[in-house]
Amino acid sequence: MAEITSGSLAPAALAAPRARGILEWIARRSEALVIPLAALIAGLGVFSLFLAALGKSPGQFFELMWRGGFGSWFSLQNSLQRASPLLLAALCVALPARLGLVVIGGEGAIVLGGTAAAAVGYWLTGAPAFLVIPAMGLAAMAIGALWIGSIGWLRHARAVNETISSLLMAYIAIALMNHLVEGPLRDPASLNKPSTHPLAAAYRIGNIPGTEVHWGLVLGIIACVFSWVLIEKTRWGFAARIAGGNVRAAQIQGLAVGPLIVGFTALAGSFAGLAGMVEVAAVQGSANASLAAGYGYTGILVAFLARQNPLAIIPVSLLLGGIAAAGGLIQRRMDLPDATVLVLQGMLFITILLSDTFYGRFKIFDPDRWSWGWKERA
Amino acid sequence: MESDIGLWGVPLAMLGGAIRVSTPFIFVSLGESITERSGRINLGLEGTLVFGAMTAYAIAVVTRSPWLGVLGAAGTGLCFGLFHGWICKFPKVNDIAVGIALMLFGTGLAFFFGKPFIQPSAPGLPAIAFGSWSDIPQVRAALNVNVLFLVGAALAVILWWGFHNTRLGLIVRVVGDSSDAARAMGLNPNLVRLVATGVGGAFAAIGGAYLSLYYPGSWNERLSSGQGLMAVALVIFARWNPLGCFAAALLFGGAGALGPALQSVGVTKGYYLFYAAPYVLTLVIMIATASPGRSLAGAPGELSITK
Repeated sequence: MAEITSGSLAPAALAAPRARGILEWIARRSEALVIPLAALIAGLGVFSLFLAALGKSPGQFFELMWRGGFGSWFSLQNSLQRASPLLLAALCVALPARLGLVVIGGEGAIVLGGTAAAAVGYWLTGAPAFLVIPAMGLAAMAIGALWIGSIGWLRHARAVNETISSLLMAYIAIALMNHLVEGPLRDPASLNKPSTHPLAAAYRIGNIPGTEVHWGLVLGIIACVFSWVLIEKTRWGFAARIAGGNVRAAQIQGLAVGPLIVGFTALAGSFAGLAGMVEVAAVQGSANASLAAGYGYTGILVAFLARQNPLAIIPVSLLLGGIAAAGGLIQRRMDLPDATVLVLQGMLFITILLSDTFYGRFKIFDPDRWSWGWKERA
Repeated sequence: MESDIGLWGVPLAMLGGAIRVSTPFIFVSLGESITERSGRINLGLEGTLVFGAMTAYAIAVVTRSPWLGVLGAAGTGLCFGLFHGWICKFPKVNDIAVGIALMLFGTGLAFFFGKPFIQPSAPGLPAIAFGSWSDIPQVRAALNVNVLFLVGAALAVILWWGFHNTRLGLIVRVVGDSSDAARAMGLNPNLVRLVATGVGGAFAAIGGAYLSLYYPGSWNERLSSGQGLMAVALVIFARWNPLGCFAAALLFGGAGALGPALQSVGVTKGYYLFYAAPYVLTLVIMIATASPGRSLAGAPGELSITK
């Protein structure tokens, strides 16, 4: 990916062209890191003011957040556990975003994926686990791909706005899940909280050896790396980035925009569906209303914080997983309502979007505009 | 004259339901139509609605006056709208994404401050009994119309007239159709959009106040089920026409009342699916009215969602 900077093409007569080349490379690359980090810090700053205005101590908040989310092996494992659905949910936003689509209905694919996985796991009871678990995953991914892929198709074929349709589809998905869980798929033994039949123990996804973190984390990281390679290193990813920049130009170039949109949204949906399957097979043990836990919505925030970069989704998910993991501790110790985490997330979201306006404004990130002698005059 | 009206109860309950359920849709969609006519889209109205519902309820609990609650809600909605408008005036900031952020922020903030108000009960908004001539309780129930519904209907007419017959309406439409033309007329597009988004937020918050102070008439974290968002889709369907917004809101209200209406006559199977009716209806309407390659009739030229 290292683009040839103007520095490496400059005449060798300059003192240290190589050093300058490296410096220019760093400068160009650091914009995408420094601005989001600064926005993150600004968001935390605004939140501190919010806490201070309510008479709570921001210092105590951050100390508890560190302790509850990252400070010990125990809390770190908790954060990793909570990060794993976010990885997949964020991909459901980030992949279509590369095509210029804002899909925010990943929650729908998650609940349906989880329901499909639970149904398949129940229907195949008795079959060997090495067949059933992949079948559950595939069913979840298929329904997720169908759900979000159809949003992409509607966008392309009928120009239906994908943001609104995806959210409507999420509400429909949750209603469908409630219908299935309370009706056709209901386990009669689940009285207070209607659920599907519990999965047999053999079909559950266990923990990574030596940890309390389930394998969903590994699946999520693989999916992120896969998506990054797809976008950055393949011709499909290249085509998607062109189409995301300008649909007309892509069409004039002869790119098949329709299949690209449907393919990317379907892949995005399959990841969200997989998140639902992991939630059922590793955490809940059956499908029920707890599937609609808001991972799809936190995933939107993760994707935007990561600037739609699949590799950046990994650390950002860990950060937000940590915030969620520390939520309970913060709530108890500081006597704050459980929505505190939502408020913090909202503030981070707003500052990160506001930071979009700062790209390209600072000279320091643009070697072409450096004026302290590095740049040779033409 | 016993009240056994059998299956007639379903359409009657849907009519009453349409009037009852549609009011938040009317306010949110009228507000959004002002914002979108000015060339911006505010997807954050869902958050504004929830925060408005909480504020109205809290103020009504404390002051015992529901109207002060509505006023307070409108004030906070104005703030949310102005905030959205202010952020979006910066170059390169995506108004759709900011809307999503404000949706999460508004709901989060409402849950944060609303926690102590889940238990206490607030005085509700008054309704006018248009059905008092009838002896049938269902008819009386269906024609019990809240004052805010009438205000919303009046606003729809005023806005419809105002967009085309007043200077203010012209300003909003010019800014929405072309920033360049507006600048040539000496208008500041950002300022007009700021005000239009602010007013839109105030309207949405009044819709929220209706939810918490009349129907369903309580404050909890599951109060809104995406009304703020559906209303945005509804504005597109209504082609940015306030009267169309009003009609569409009634239609959506009727669809939303289908589930409870069927339940009231004893249909218990699959009622979760009927609860999905408004969402399915919105989606079907969006698919039916959108079309590729052709810009929507009546769409403001500067609107990012139709570009």
